Amino acid sequence: MSTKIKINSQIFQDSNNIFYPKNEEEVSDLIKELYKKNSSTELIGTNSKSFIGNKTQSANTLSMSKISGIIEYLPEELYIKVKACTPIEEIEKALDKNNQELAFEPMDFGFIETGKSNKGTIAGYLSCNFAGSRRFKVGSVRDHILGFKGVNGKGDVIKSGGTVVKNVTGYDLSKLIAGSFGTLVALTEVTLKVLPKKKLSNTIAIYVDDKKTVFELFNQMSSSSSEISGAVYIPLEPNEDDFQKNRDVVFKFNDLKYEGSFLAIRVEGDKISIDEKIKALTQELNLEKYKTTILDVYQSVPFWKKINNLELFSKTKNNLIRLVITPSNGVKMMQFLGNKFKYYIDWCGSLFWVEVPAKKNMKIKELKKISQDYGGYLTIVKTSDEYDYEETLFTINDVRLLISEKIKKSFDPKRIFNPGKMYRGI
Amino acid sequence: MTELALPKIDRSILNNKEAIVKNLSNLINPENVLSHADEIKPYETDALAAYTQTPLAVVLPENTEEVSRILKYCYKENIKVVPRGAGTGLSGGALPLQDAVLLGLGKFNKILEIDFENKCVVTQPGVTNLGITHAVQHKGFYYAPDPSSQLACSIGGNVAENSGGVHSLKYGTTTNNILGVEMVLMDGTVCRIGGKTLDQEGYDIMGLICGSEGLLGVITEVTVKILKKPQVVKAALIGFPSIKEGGDAASEIISSGIVPAGMEIMDKALIEATDNFSKAGYPRDAELLLIVELDGTESEVNELLKKVSDICKKNNCSSLKLSKNEKERLSFWAGRKAAFPACGAMAPDYYCMDGSIPRGKLAEALLEIKKLSEKYNLLVANCFHAGDGNLHPLIMFDGSDKEQLRKTEEFGAEILKTCVRLGGVITGEHGVGVEKRELMCEMFNNDDIQQQLDIKKALDEKNLLNPGKVYPILRKCAEEGRVHVHKNKNKFPDLPRF
Repeated sequence: MSTKIKINSQIFQDSNNIFYPKNEEEVSDLIKELYKKNSSTELIGTNSKSFIGNKTQSANTLSMSKISGIIEYLPEELYIKVKACTPIEEIEKALDKNNQELAFEPMDFGFIETGKSNKGTIAGYLSCNFAGSRRFKVGSVRDHILGFKGVNGKGDVIKSGGTVVKNVTGYDLSKLIAGSFGTLVALTEVTLKVLPKKKLSNTIAIYVDDKKTVFELFNQMSSSSSEISGAVYIPLEPNEDDFQKNRDVVFKFNDLKYEGSFLAIRVEGDKISIDEKIKALTQELNLEKYKTTILDVYQSVPFWKKINNLELFSKTKNNLIRLVITPSNGVKMMQFLGNKFKYYIDWCGSLFWVEVPAKKNMKIKELKKISQDYGGYLTIVKTSDEYDYEETLFTINDVRLLISEKIKKSFDPKRIFNPGKMYRGI
Repeated sequence: MTELALPKIDRSILNNKEAIVKNLSNLINPENVLSHADEIKPYETDALAAYTQTPLAVVLPENTEEVSRILKYCYKENIKVVPRGAGTGLSGGALPLQDAVLLGLGKFNKILEIDFENKCVVTQPGVTNLGITHAVQHKGFYYAPDPSSQLACSIGGNVAENSGGVHSLKYGTTTNNILGVEMVLMDGTVCRIGGKTLDQEGYDIMGLICGSEGLLGVITEVTVKILKKPQVVKAALIGFPSIKEGGDAASEIISSGIVPAGMEIMDKALIEATDNFSKAGYPRDAELLLIVELDGTESEVNELLKKVSDICKKNNCSSLKLSKNEKERLSFWAGRKAAFPACGAMAPDYYCMDGSIPRGKLAEALLEIKKLSEKYNLLVANCFHAGDGNLHPLIMFDGSDKEQLRKTEEFGAEILKTCVRLGGVITGEHGVGVEKRELMCEMFNNDDIQQQLDIKKALDEKNLLNPGKVYPILRKCAEEGRVHVHKNKNKFPDLPRF
């Protein structure tokens, strides 16, 4: 399907032959035309995350970037309905005026690509389903989508869900769209659940480097009722100059006496409840045993931004891997990564961000095997220029692939959207 | 009750019953294949007791391998299958079909693993919702979704229906609280989706299965997330002189940035009914009663309770009580949890509706329902999960009067259409089942429904798994029945329904 076919369309095309439909009808018309001609297309938004996933071999490119703007925002109903390619920043700005936020903490993938912020659009977030540090407490992107509208691979405009949190009318297709990397539907409209922003945040830094102790603490934290909303571990190892330099720059805060590995825990709320939570955690985690410092709100907020911007891996030229496992296997994972890879741990011990140097491509295979043995999976979020694609970017098994193929076919029978972006045959 | 259209009966299956039962008996322990009229009687309905149907046979497999064998056989022989959990569903999702094998998961009743380190429980689907909490509460943990039938409903059924509960604004529904499932497709394929880790890569098949009402696969194992119990839980009981003032207060609580663990509203008719029934000590002069529950740390909860009190006072509340201890907090809930039986005591029959609306439209919805109540000359009492917008109007009527029954059905359909018109949906938590099937067209157009049917076809191309549920058979909007409870003879009369 990679050969160029003439598409009869009045829709604006730029000099690179990228289509820019202005509204849902135009998207539908164009896809109907592609369907008729058996011609595939890459779906893009503002290209902030287009480096994630396989390169698609499509005859056309369809930019949804003109489908943008807030449709309806009702703070008292805790939802915002937007056109699919509304920039995250525009949404966050509107929510912020009402002390609300997207609780899943959208990550900023701009830094690993260019060293600068580039948050992209809500459709991009939904398509990747990568949530930030608060995920273990509030859920992922998929848990905050109430409904959507979009165009399937036949050109039909379809919708699912609504604006209310309790809704069991029909299959919950919003979940299916989340993490589908644009292979099922060209999204045109998204309704998101929003939540009140916590007034303040503080971060407790615990200076600890014993691997077992780190995971004992993670375990105690996730057993705590003190409502921790972030828990990361930044290791000292590997002891490489550039990683060390990066850490020094990224974590430069008055109260972060960076001398080695540390665990950081975020608590949120108003002043009294933060104090109460810190007091309770000090007791629960027996923090008097360790050296600790507290980052106040002026340091805590930027600290977690840097974490969610992946600034430790800013402008990386290496492979960047997102590895999710059960926390009970965390110590073993740390031992494996040891001094060999640059990494840090998020989600209270579940998520490892690991950088694999270009020359160690073969190590990815080993990591993937380990992640699966440890009950999880890995995604190669960014590949080095030298990456040989010997190991697939995503993890999947045969039965799930079979079901995924069937689902794909029900939305997009001719594989018009992003063919091969996730898996071969999808 | 209105005649219910069901999929066309395959006579050849009925005629072949004896051989089918024999074959099934070769696939699993023959004692677990029931075909005698007396044995299968208990399975002829779920909690939507107005509809009954005797199945071809009932099979009660004991493990995944047996489920797979049964489905593979039925797939090959083109026999329809209706899966069933505890049978507590209110929308007829487990209603048998004459020519279908009913697959009961009651023998899947063991918790397989409690994993405190990874904060999860691996369980068979027949374990009750509350059974999971009971298994982990000694260490201060619990399973968050709490549908009112949690004492009896099974976790597998919860997955099939994406069950909610009164705490779903803060803690989500089933879909937000499960990590993995094992399921068997209609052709017998066994698959594991997810596991103990957060999120899964690729298509969120678990998200699709959750709430699919037994149409896509049979759940044989579930891994659920467990949470630590909050440090402090307190509640406020507030009376208002008008619907508008109470509704406004509820909206203002949310817009002020408070996320209550639970927030419930009852109207005057229900305050009186429940207070007569359970002697809960509710303010009987109030037009609207609000219960707000908050959890968190001690000072946080106290601070929020103060905020809630201030908002309610500003909106002219007529009474306000804060729970001083756990006993008092539970007493605030006692009347609310008795709402359904209380209505059963007021009239020979009641219909329970289950729409969702935007919170801010509550006053409008209640006024509309009041007008309809006058138009149809039928009494209605309303309870509302104000936290998440889920409205349960209870229409009271006498089912022996055919005219009243007809009017009640019309009234019910008009309420659900009102919910959709106000920006809501036709079912918040009870599921579509057979009950609201024909109202799907109020929310979805042909293309929307076709996409859903295409998914069904992709995973069950012969349409053998639980056919006739969720999607309108003729795909046109007719008006059918809702939960019909006659003389308080609910299938599970002792379960609190809220």
